[in-house]
Amino acid sequence: MAGRTVEFALSTPVLDQHGRVSQAPLGAPSQGEDDLHGEHMLINIGPQHPATHGVLRLVIELDGERVVRVIPHIGYLHSGFEKLGEYRHYNQIVPLTDRTDYLSPMANNVGLALAAEKLMGITITERCQVLRVIACEMSRIISHLVWLGTTGIDLGAFTPFLWSFQQRERIYDLQESWTGARLTTSLTRVGGMMADVPEGWEAGLREFCRTFPTTLREVDTMFTRNAIWIGRTQGVGVMSAADAINYSLSGPMLRASGVPFDVRKDRPYLGYETYDFDVPVGEHGDIYDRYRVRLEEMWQSTRILEQALDRLAKLAGAPLNVSDARVILPSKSQAMSDMESMIHHFKQVMEGVKAPPGEAYLPIENPKGELGYYFVADGTAKPVRWRIRPPSFINLAALPTLCVGALLSDVIAINASVDIVMGEIDR
Amino acid sequence: MSEHPSVAALRARFGAGLAAVSESCGDVIARVESGRAHEIFTWLRDDPAQAYDYLVDVTAVEYRDPELPLEVVWQLRSLPHARDLRVKVALDKAGPLEVPSVYDLWRGADWLEREVYDMFGISFAGHPDLRRILMWETYHEGHPLRKDFPLRGHFSRAEQTRQALAANPEAHYSIEELSIAESYDDLPAEMRARLAHGERGAV
Repeated sequence: MAGRTVEFALSTPVLDQHGRVSQAPLGAPSQGEDDLHGEHMLINIGPQHPATHGVLRLVIELDGERVVRVIPHIGYLHSGFEKLGEYRHYNQIVPLTDRTDYLSPMANNVGLALAAEKLMGITITERCQVLRVIACEMSRIISHLVWLGTTGIDLGAFTPFLWSFQQRERIYDLQESWTGARLTTSLTRVGGMMADVPEGWEAGLREFCRTFPTTLREVDTMFTRNAIWIGRTQGVGVMSAADAINYSLSGPMLRASGVPFDVRKDRPYLGYETYDFDVPVGEHGDIYDRYRVRLEEMWQSTRILEQALDRLAKLAGAPLNVSDARVILPSKSQAMSDMESMIHHFKQVMEGVKAPPGEAYLPIENPKGELGYYFVADGTAKPVRWRIRPPSFINLAALPTLCVGALLSDVIAINASVDIVMGEIDR
Repeated sequence: MSEHPSVAALRARFGAGLAAVSESCGDVIARVESGRAHEIFTWLRDDPAQAYDYLVDVTAVEYRDPELPLEVVWQLRSLPHARDLRVKVALDKAGPLEVPSVYDLWRGADWLEREVYDMFGISFAGHPDLRRILMWETYHEGHPLRKDFPLRGHFSRAEQTRQALAANPEAHYSIEELSIAESYDDLPAEMRARLAHGERGAV
């Protein structure tokens, strides 16, 4: 029988009578691999790679297993949304926002409508505000659930992915019965909403708010004190508070580094200052803190949803859209029977809603971070410039810095922790 | 409404460097001279009474009226003072399209300035790595967000497809990547020579 090398905890190899190694010491050899000689290696990941969360390409320079440099390549999904927006009426831009951050389409719709309303000086109704808060917080939950599930998979945990996608499906069902679409919701219009919630819909959301925390508790049990999860996430991809500000990070990325900035609290919109909720803030700025921040945000979103549902019940029968015939389309029956309404209908459809010359920037707290829409108008119904301030584009720009010195396997974890969506990055 | 505190301070300190101040939809806009822009940004960031430590966005605007200049727009935010300020620099289209980079002040400007360069053709003096970001590096059709760029591009869909299929694969790697470590020496001599000339295959 040929002698077989057996791994054994010894400091020196044991030789057999022929002088061959029979027992080799455990642990890393004292010098590096012979064939590398300290040469750097170039690794290409993507654009088609499941762990890059879309069509992101990373070119990584490695010294052994350590990352020396990361060069991200983006633009594979570039669709020219900002250019397209210059050729469309304000309401026609809403469908484009569905397709930017396609993991939270309803929140994007809300941001766009708010920016256009700021530009035009329109004050929306209270019921509309409450419904938009519900749309934003539902989006936050589904976006964070996708983040949680996919990040778990990237780090080798499959079960929470199934749990989170099960819950996400429940919100998608609600979203579908409200807007008619799972993804391309196009929920808002300038001055109001595309549709009110259907009858009995609130009960479904209440049921979700009641049962969803069970999943959050399960995830918490599975991850928060899990040795593997902690080992892969704590102290990895660290960014200090000062750096996070300097790199213009926003959303959970910024707050995990210990900067307590949340647009909902610091630049309130939709009456967020009247809701009772907390903003979780991390202190280490690593992947683990980003996970804790996002998990806690889902709890807080559930709280906001419950408060919004209470308000919605009090506002039953209240008007949803502003009563301005230049902005909101008249009902079909009015347009077909009343001359004036028909003219308004015609002018709105053919000419669009006109914005006075001026410009407005409006940020909202999206799941990924600060989403801002910047409009420049010249008095026509189409914007001169429509700029999206894309949170995950700016957060991703910090990836090369976060990854330097980390292990190759950590690049996957760090990239997952940024929570990117390529539709928004490439626009 | 009282004047934005930073505007008053800017006027007192820089005088004519602050070209104009306006307000639109509640947002305050300070227009500054391009030549003094970097000095003004440094002061806005470092002066404790201003402390604009957060760069929200960098973008540019081209108006439909071809006579109007291009504008570069910086959205600044002071986290300590809970204040926002929009700063603009006007660029005459006849002159060089260049403004100072704020990369040295806010690292968040890195990709934002690259995007403005890519989409508008505006250069940022002092940016260490100013190259296209959303379009590929060998893209020759121009800068898509300029008003003289047609919505559907300069070429037909068929021509764009033909060009994409005819492109050399190495065109998708930058010189920087191909020259990393030893891999550059492993390339065929002919390709190295072409790279040395800055050629990366026609796209």
